[in-house]
Amino acid sequence: MRTLSLVDLMAFLEGLQWTLVLVVLSFVFGGLLGLALALLRTSNIAPVRWVASAFLQLVQGVPLLALLMFFYFGMPVFLGVEVPSLTAVTVAFSIYSGVFLGEIWRGGIQAVKYTQWEAAASLGLSRWEQFVFVIAPQALKISLPATVGFLVQLIKGTSLASVVGFVELTRAGQIASAATFQQLLVYSIIAAIYFAICFPLTQWSRSLEARLNGTG
Amino acid sequence: MALVEIKNVRKSFGALEVLKDVSLTVEEGEIVTIIGRSGSGKSTLLRCINGLEDIQDGEIFVEGQQVHAKMKKLRELRQKVGIVFQAFNLFPHLTVERNITLAPIRTGRVSKAGARALAEKVLAQVGLSEKIDAYPEQLSGGQQQRVAIARCLAMSPDLMLFDEVTSALDPELVGEVLKVMEDMASRGMTMILVTHEMAFARDVATKIVFMHQGRVWEEGPPSELFSNPKTPELKSFIGSNH
Repeated sequence: MRTLSLVDLMAFLEGLQWTLVLVVLSFVFGGLLGLALALLRTSNIAPVRWVASAFLQLVQGVPLLALLMFFYFGMPVFLGVEVPSLTAVTVAFSIYSGVFLGEIWRGGIQAVKYTQWEAAASLGLSRWEQFVFVIAPQALKISLPATVGFLVQLIKGTSLASVVGFVELTRAGQIASAATFQQLLVYSIIAAIYFAICFPLTQWSRSLEARLNGTG
Repeated sequence: MALVEIKNVRKSFGALEVLKDVSLTVEEGEIVTIIGRSGSGKSTLLRCINGLEDIQDGEIFVEGQQVHAKMKKLRELRQKVGIVFQAFNLFPHLTVERNITLAPIRTGRVSKAGARALAEKVLAQVGLSEKIDAYPEQLSGGQQQRVAIARCLAMSPDLMLFDEVTSALDPELVGEVLKVMEDMASRGMTMILVTHEMAFARDVATKIVFMHQGRVWEEGPPSELFSNPKTPELKSFIGSNH
């Protein structure tokens, strides 16, 4: 047994780095999936909406932990090759993020008055141009506070990746805690690091929301 | 060939039939005013002309081209048919200039470099040159509606549709919008309006269409229709608007 030292703190920073890598990857891939889902869910074609909705219900009805296990243990079975744990957890968190972001953005798109689509269509813009230039900028503004709020959830949520052995911040804490038996100290430090990242984002989300309601 | 030909159009919202076998012809240069009570189908008819509403039966042609056909064709058609709405429907996140130039740039009518000059030109036509960099929320209702008209003019339309464009305005702002529309009329723009402004209908229109219960009930020149209504429905409608 040893006491907590600088080496452990360095390990935490390394873990934090992987937490952030996972967050960024999940947010980017999840964002793309979310955009696609939001568009499908607001499509004019009913069967398209149904398919997107079914996918969404499926993912939302499964705990994040189960999703993680499914991809971590499932991908080697289905693909027949070992995949790095980063890949497995990135896939799981991207799908999880995509579903939530998709719902947030769908709400934003639907909050833009339908007459904006009509005005843009009447000027001879294509459906895609209507979305990109007229609807999306307004929907993004409406969705931004909730999107940042979700980012905070995602950052904290990535701690679950520790259960499949992916060494991010929480897993780094577990390792240090096992070696030093200073659990309270270790997890206090880990919690403080999460807080230091999430708190400013939460504040930002709140100020965005206040500003949005102010100019509403 | 008539600019707009509406042939036996039927339109339903669910079980409710709002247009019942409507036919109407609009020649180039005509200023047609559609009047009637709320729910008579006049706004719906107007929205059918640029394909914002689909129809269950009949045909609508603009410049010989069928409106309810292929989507790509409809887009081309909409570039030649401007519509101004009751609620203005400016894009709130864009400046007046960008509101006006977005569609002309995207549809290739003007280069990005030439866009500002185009915005200046159409804003001068509606008397709002100084508002080019403003956002819609900084403008009064009357000014917003004039920008909405300028946004249509920037597409150099062959036909303009006006859907109760003064109904959402404070009374003192109605005049400035009507004046812009009179200017357009005097320049020979073909216009179809749905309006409750009877004085404007009488003075500017070349043809009045009275709609009742989803049908064209009476049509003719304003002098004839207003002074000598044939049907009791139009008589009572005119009576209630004086």
